[in-house]
Parts: sequence; structure tokens; C-alpha cells
Amino acid sequence: MTNSWTDIRNTDLVIVMGGNAAEAHPCGFKWVTEAKANRGAKLIVVDPRYTRTASVSDFYAPIRQGTDIAFLLGVIRYCIENNKVQWEYAKNFTNAALIVKDAFAYHDGLFTGYDAEKRDYDRTSWDYELGPDGFAQIDMTLQHPRCVWNLLKQHVDIYTPEMVERICGTPKEKFLTVARMIGESSAPDKAMTSMYALGWTQHSSGSQNIRTMAMLQLILGNIGIRGGGMNALRGHSNIQGLTDVGLLSQYMPGYLNMPVEKETNLKTYLSTRQFKPLRPGQTSYWQNYPKFFVSLQKAMFGAAATAENDWAYDYLPKLDVPAYDVLRTFELMFNGKVNGYFCQGFNPILAFPNRAKITASLSNLKWLVTMDPLDTETSRFWQNHGEYNDVDTKSIQTEVIQLPTTCFAEEEGSLTNSGRWLQWHWPGGSPPGEAKHDNWIMGQIFVRLRALYRKEGGAFPDPILNLTWDYKDENEPKPDELAREMNGRALTDLHDPTDATKIVVPAGKQVANFSQLRDDGTTSSGCWIYSGCFNEAGNNMARRDNTDADGLGTYPNWTWSWPVNRRTLYNRASADLQGKPWDPSRKILEWDGAKWIGSDVPDIAPTAKPEEVGPFIMNAEGSARLFARGMLRDGPFPVHYEPFESPVANVINPEIRGNPVVRVFLDDVAQFGTPDEFPYAATSYRLTEHFHFWTKHNRVNAALQPEFFVELSEELAKEKNIPLGGWVRVWSKRGSIRAKAVVTKRIRPLICNGKTVHIIGIPLHWGFMGEAKKGFGPNSLTPFVGDANIDTPEYKAFLVNIEPTSGPAEV
Amino acid sequence: MPDSPTTAVSNPPVQEFVNNLGASDMISRSATGDLPPPARRLTEVAKLIDVSKCIGCKACQSACIEWNDTSPAIEDNVGIYMNPHDLTPEMFTLMRFSEWVNPETDNLEWLIRKDGCMHCTDPGCLKACPAPGAIVQYSNGIVDFVHENCIGCGYCVKGCPFNIPRISKTDHRAYKCTLCSDRVAVGQGPACAKACPTQAIVFGTKADMIKHAEGRITDLKSRGYANAGLYDPPGVGGTHVMYVLHHADKPHIYDGLPDNPKISAVVQTWKGVTKYVGLAAMSFAAAASVLHGVFAKPNRVAPEDDANAERLVGGGPEERT
Repeated sequence: MTNSWTDIRNTDLVIVMGGNAAEAHPCGFKWVTEAKANRGAKLIVVDPRYTRTASVSDFYAPIRQGTDIAFLLGVIRYCIENNKVQWEYAKNFTNAALIVKDAFAYHDGLFTGYDAEKRDYDRTSWDYELGPDGFAQIDMTLQHPRCVWNLLKQHVDIYTPEMVERICGTPKEKFLTVARMIGESSAPDKAMTSMYALGWTQHSSGSQNIRTMAMLQLILGNIGIRGGGMNALRGHSNIQGLTDVGLLSQYMPGYLNMPVEKETNLKTYLSTRQFKPLRPGQTSYWQNYPKFFVSLQKAMFGAAATAENDWAYDYLPKLDVPAYDVLRTFELMFNGKVNGYFCQGFNPILAFPNRAKITASLSNLKWLVTMDPLDTETSRFWQNHGEYNDVDTKSIQTEVIQLPTTCFAEEEGSLTNSGRWLQWHWPGGSPPGEAKHDNWIMGQIFVRLRALYRKEGGAFPDPILNLTWDYKDENEPKPDELAREMNGRALTDLHDPTDATKIVVPAGKQVANFSQLRDDGTTSSGCWIYSGCFNEAGNNMARRDNTDADGLGTYPNWTWSWPVNRRTLYNRASADLQGKPWDPSRKILEWDGAKWIGSDVPDIAPTAKPEEVGPFIMNAEGSARLFARGMLRDGPFPVHYEPFESPVANVINPEIRGNPVVRVFLDDVAQFGTPDEFPYAATSYRLTEHFHFWTKHNRVNAALQPEFFVELSEELAKEKNIPLGGWVRVWSKRGSIRAKAVVTKRIRPLICNGKTVHIIGIPLHWGFMGEAKKGFGPNSLTPFVGDANIDTPEYKAFLVNIEPTSGPAEV
Repeated sequence: MPDSPTTAVSNPPVQEFVNNLGASDMISRSATGDLPPPARRLTEVAKLIDVSKCIGCKACQSACIEWNDTSPAIEDNVGIYMNPHDLTPEMFTLMRFSEWVNPETDNLEWLIRKDGCMHCTDPGCLKACPAPGAIVQYSNGIVDFVHENCIGCGYCVKGCPFNIPRISKTDHRAYKCTLCSDRVAVGQGPACAKACPTQAIVFGTKADMIKHAEGRITDLKSRGYANAGLYDPPGVGGTHVMYVLHHADKPHIYDGLPDNPKISAVVQTWKGVTKYVGLAAMSFAAAASVLHGVFAKPNRVAPEDDANAERLVGGGPEERT
């Protein structure tokens, strides 16, 4: 989230699209009801299904899954055409006025530089025209034909309301109502918040789905203000923390990049991360990259990381591919190239696409270790459960080692919520049986591995032998020790750079925050963005002061938020060019003539003059990007591409199947279905009664939503002769499931490009372990393909067929 | 010390709180004609369920199960979101889902109503109950079942205009929402209100809840719900569980919420309930051992009571479980 959960109460308009907040985030959704009840805020829901969120909305519009970009580019077009633009914001705070290179062009769904063989672009033309001074060229009048604004206008021109209806199936009048409501928030004193989740992420154009709304929010002036923002609703209590501390294969903690093969030394690695400002006087905060990187290396390898050995740069593995995401990892496992797998706190045979492939892959392993509080399906993937897990146990030779772990309620530590708040918590109970904390298990594995390396040497023992492991009990690092390590400390006395007689931080003390980190090896920090969470003031994550001084829900002393306890990102943009708040009643900051003052930590240097320094300090331009340059693989502007399995051809360019740069593995291409064989557009989702595959182990949740079902319209049910509550078989090119039929008015057929499209909804909470009735998940059906940029699997749009059937045989 | 919490979302009191709801606060007791008038009147409380804020998450059902330590069965899916499929002796509250197409706008509205005991000012269950002290009403408005006095006859089910109580097949006693009388007695709100993430369920004094509802109704009217209103039906003297409805002119669209609930005329005119039980006991041979204590008491039933009771019970309470 750019903002926080509590800030949603400040909004005038909530748009829930690409998510179902009431259903999947019912506790956080309370802030929407607050905004509605206390501010008269409106709620719009755009979704293929009339959801629980829609049930409390002011306006609902249907949309075919996988067409959100067409819808949102249509809204951008509407706003431009109808002058619903926050002009001062768009001109000054975005790159609308910057000039793009002559070589850049877009035709029929593709940008310049496309290589069909490689399924990739040469992105060199996707950039600004630089002047002789090295800065991007600019035309503040927006007259230049190649300024970002005019290219954007041209780019969105085809997405007329009629085109939106053709692609999305959203009736034109409903689309226009949504566009009108959204357009109102272009007034400087109006705010709209976007609440989205996996309904946008889990598409082959997932990153661009989110980006399109971010562009719209920028045009409306809704980023950095109270009640505005791009608010990703995280699906696990700590999934924000997972990405923050670098659990994705291509990242290290704090979103530093994992080096790649061709970056053979530190100089090369840092050379592409200099991030010199692209406009005069801009902050370009990533210029500090070396400070964060060196401090991380010092945290990891201590005294073994020296200036002479490039801060132990050679200790780091180098990626030979863009990322080892779950799809690539299971593709390798499927092909027999992975022998062992640690599965810590997740459940691949219900969570990853094309379950048949996942089961076959796990069967190729020599060993599988599962670490989980629950007896998961993955731990039992080898066990025959009739049609619910129809495997030949004898033929599976994988040795499965189940390590029972504690659950969150039995642990101390912090969880990072969607709003970037690190909230410390304490155990509420003792672990049952042999359950152990994950820290203990990981500690044991490390200590034993290190002993083996000490004894046997090995090809390159240095990173293991030199890994900092200075915990009081080497068998089990404690949560507070890990938190202090992430915060970072001074390794020698840190002197004030302007006055060498002054010591800023004495040796051994915690740094106050990342502004004190250095690139000369005198500081360490395990995760720079978390620096400040546990400093000499104590454990700031454990704070529980809910004082709300300005009455606007900032709560600066409630736990701690990254970065530097800032609650709203880009908050300098809440004020105009002179530094006066756009909306005085929702003030965050203002410029008092000498410095920025307000209730939140300014997202800009406190003395940076408002008319000189742009609010988007992480960007080299100082402004936000309507044109993304080469930052995304599939284009500097979003384009509507159909899902890989779509009921209709792409009306923009029927030759393009799916997103043209998405990585597809050959064996999976053969398993994509087509609408002649699989005519119905399916989607997957959560239900309020359950949390993933956990709560089916709980009798209360199991009683409230006991049995697997699929949802379909009354029209399709009639056509297929499927009775309410009857059994159906649903199958895709990859698998078949049996389910109860929930026949509902909440799903209606859509007309897309003249064709009737029926939608089938498939919730994801059932399996063959636990208290609820045995059932299936949508991943038995979903395709093994992901997003162009981050490879998140496309769970939200795929093709199936359906027929009535009989109940399962008694097991 | 306040006699009831002002809001269900306030944190529970940490100081010791003396049980504030006792036999002396009863204003009505089933099959008891000579109940002494209470020495004091507690402030009337109410639970307000704002249907327009409800997201149907079933947190209320979950909290109800946890607080009352019940164990509803893991049933089948029968094609709808409602589970269990009805109120049961193990499930005192239930989200009922209705898909209603508004004929004026042709838009679908998914109406989700939390069903359960309404705690009527004029409780049909209590009037119908032939077992002395099995159903009691306190001056704060809570209607509670006292299970050790219940004989499982099922008259309360017939007497209830909202079809709420359910008879357990295990212990042959009637069960329903208590409005968390045990929590209210020590200054807390009901478990469901505590758990509700959107504050669609709020709890406090009845006067405060009516005032709160007025604000909600104004908001709904501003959003085009011209007939938004409070459901506090006069036919049962008003209730201590009330709804804010977007379409208060047609309560029945909310999965059959009665438009104008009234106590059955049979119950209203049935004079003999205080004398009672033999008839019900006879229809419950299976419960004989449970009822032994009742048989030991001098029970006599007048012939006219027999006849009225038979009309009242109709098909027999077993059908209701």
C-alpha cells in the first residue's frame, strides 16, 4: 500500500477492482464502511461476479476477467477527453511533459524492438530524449508531439466506451457511470482509493493491470494524498514482509537486486545502479544504493566483507536466469533437474497451477521437507485419497520429512501488514507436541551444515563459514536479535561528515535509521528499509500508542512503518507546487517557507524546496512515470492482451495470443485450451469463511463453508441442465474436478465482441486433509503460465468446460 | 456502575464486574402467574443489525459458536452460501442470503440478513411455554431460556413469530440466541457484535441504538434508498434485536423476515398455560428420563388447554429440529 488501512477512512470514493476486499479482507474492509458511514464515501465494484463487496457497493459493473487494462485505459481516455485531469499535479508531478525518443513507436499491440523468437523486446527506444546536459528534454506546455502526454493520448485513443464494451463485456452505460464517478476525483480536494489484490496480480499482464490504475490515479492527482493511493491488499498477514526481506529469488532484502551472471564484479553490478538524476536538482534516492548494499554485506559476512574483496561480492550467488520463480522451479523439478525441496509454510499441490504437473514434479524428488503447523496436502502428496488425490503410491519414491512448526499465535516476532506496518506480537500459547519455531529449525540446519563444511571443506565453503552467526544461542536466533540485525548498527564510531569531532553513532550502537548507513564498511544493516524498526529507542514495532493527534488516522506511534515510520508514501505530493495542501481538511504536510511540517514523516528531504525538488524521490526524474521507460518487460504503456486461455480473440491484434513477452515452457504450450473445446471463462477466488487451505482444518470454519463448489449463472445452468446444489464436472485441458453447483444471479453472461461469454467461478479452499469435506482446488485446472514481469501464475482467467454429473463414489 | 455497556466495541471491562442480571431483574417468567414485580428497572438494551453494512462474512456465526461452545455439524453444500442450512440447536445465529433483483432498477441486490432471536418485548415463546421458568424475560429486554426448566415440548417454536428456537435431539431442550445474557450481565456486548468487522452489528441501550439507526437511515436515503428504515415491529411490542433495512417497506425480501409479526392468536388467548405439561411430555416418550423431575411435580392440564395446545403444536415439535 502507498497509504495505510486506517487512511482508507479519509476517502471520497473507493474502487474495488482486481480484488474482493469485503470477502478476502473483511477486517480491513471496516475502513471502507467507516468512510461510507462517516464521510458519505461511495464504493464502486468492478468484477466478473457480484461479490460480497458488491453487496455493499453504491455501483457495480461487470467485467470479463483479464480485460481490466482495456477498461482502465478507457477510463483514462474518458478523463482526458472530458478534462477530468488534475492538471497541476499531472504536469508537475508526473513525466507527462518529458520528451520520448524518436525511435519509439507502438503499432497493433506491439512496441518497437519486438523479437518474436526471443519473446522479448529490445527496450532501448523506450526512453527520454536526453539533452546535451544529460537531462531529459521537457516541454511544460505539453505541445510537443512526442511528449509523454501526447503519446499517452494517442495510445489510449482506441479504448472508446464502445471498444471497452466489446472487449470487457461491460455495458457501455455502466462503464460510463463508473468513468463519471472516477472522473469527479480529479478535483484537487477529492480523493479516490484503489483497493486491489490478486484479482489483478494473477494474470499474464498482472503488473500492467496495477500500473494502469496507478497511471489513472496520477492523472487524477490521487497519489500521496490522504484517502488516495494504490493499495495492494496483502493476502497473508506477513506477505508484505516476505517481499521486503527478499524471499523472492531475484531480490535481496530491501528490494536490492540479486546479481546476475554477467555482473562478475561489484563495479559492474553497481554501474547500472548509479541512478543519476534525469532532471536538474532531483533527489534520485537510489543513488544511495551502495550504502544499503555494503551495509547488507557487512550484516551478512561481518569482518569477512572488506573493501579489498568487494565486500564479499563473490560470496553471492549470481542468477543465470531472470528468476527462480515457482513456475521455473517446478518446470525444472518436472524435468528431473531438482533433487530436493524445502517447502516452508506453503502447500504447492493446492497452490501452484496445473496440479497434475506439480504432483509429477514432487514425485521426481529424492526428498521433500515440509515445515508447517498443519498436516498439508503437499506432505501427503504420495498418499492415495480416491479421486481427490488419485496417485499410485508405490511408484513414488520421494522421501518426505515432515517438520511440525509453530503457528503465528505461538510465536514472537513482527508481521508486516499491507500498510507496511511492522507490528510486533507475542505468543498467545505454547506449541503442541514436537512443534518447533522455524528459527530453531533453520538454525539447526545451518549449524549442522556449517559443521560439515568445516570438516569436509567443499568447493567454496567461505560464504557458509563466514556467515555472521553471533546469536546468543547459535541453535536458535531469537526474533529480537534478528530484528536488531535488520535495523543495523555502527561498526565503528560514526563521525559527522561535516564535523569530524562529533560522533553521530558510537561503535556498537544501533543506527537510528537508514540515513546513517554508509558504503565504507562502517555500518551494517540486514534490510535497509527496515532500519529504524529497532534502534536505540527500543523496539518501535512493539509500540501501541493509538493517539491520533490530527484526527485523520495517522497513528504515528502505533507500531512502526517502513520507511522511517512514514505512513503515506509520496506524501509531498499531497501539497501543490508551492507546498500548500491540495485539501486543507486532509493535510499531511505543508511547506512553512523553510521546511516541510506535518503529521507524517515527509517523503522528501525536510528542507527540499517545493518548486525545485519533485515528490517522487526514488525516480531519477523526480516525477512519477506515466511512461515507464524500460522498467517493465511488456511495454512502457499498458496494452490490452487477452489471457493465454481466452474465450475471444484479441480485437486489437488477433495474431497475438496472451501477453507477447510472457515466458512459456514448451510442454505447457501443448496444454493450453481453446474455446472450441473449452468454451467457458473460469476464474478462481477466496471465500470469507476460509483462509487458504488452513481453516478447513478447523471445525468452526468447516461448518460455515463445508464443501467445495463452483458458481455459475442461472442462464448457463439452464442451458446445461444443472440443478441448484447438483453435482457438476468441470474440466480444462489439464485436469478435471467434481463440485457442487451454486447457481446464482450474481454471475451473468457477458456479451464480448458479439459473443456470449459464460463465467464459472471456482473457490480455492478445499483439499483432502482436514475437517471440511474433501474436495478440489482450481489449481487442478489452471494453466502453467505467469505474468510477464514477475511470473505470478495466471489463476484468474482460464478456460473450462462443464457438465452435470453424479456424486462421488463413497471412499 | 452502568447497568449495560454503551457500545459493543468498547473493550471489556478489566475491573471486576458483579453479575448485574439476576432473578430479581425478571419481569416475566413462563408459566408463572405470581412473579413479584422487580425492585428496579434496568435500561433496555438492543442489538442493532445494519443489513446495509453487513458483508455476510459469518464472523458473527463463528463468534457465536466459540462463545457458546456449540458444535454445528459439517453439512453439505446445497447450492447456496448459507451454512448450516438453518438455525439449529448448535447454531443460534445464521446469515441468510437472498438474491433480489430490484424491479425499479433491474439491478441485483444481494441481501444478507443475520437471523436469530429478536428478543421481543412481547415474547410469543414465553407466552406459549408451559414449563415454569423455562423462559424468562429481564427488565433490560433479554428473553432467555433456562435449560434446566425446559421440557422440550416445542411450544416456544410455535409461539415464536420469527421461527427461531430449535429443539435439541440430544438433550430435548430448546436453544436460541441469549443476546449473550452472560456477557451483558458483566458489562460486555454480545460476542457477535464484538466480532463484526464492519460494525454492522452494534449493541447498546435501545434508545441509543434507535438514534444510531436514524443516522444510518439518513445515509441510506442519501444513497437513493427512499424506503430505508428501522425494523422494530410493533406487533410484538418492539424488539431488542432490530434491523436497519434498505427496503423497510418490504421486510419479506430479506429471506422471509415477517412484514408484520404477531403472536399467534392461539397463544394470545390461551389462558391455561400456567397449568400445563402433561401433553407435551406424552409426545416426548424419548425424553422421559430427562423429564422425570417434571413428572414428579403435581401437573394437571385442563381439557381446554389440551385442545389449544394441540392446535398450537400442530405437527409436533420434532419437525422443527
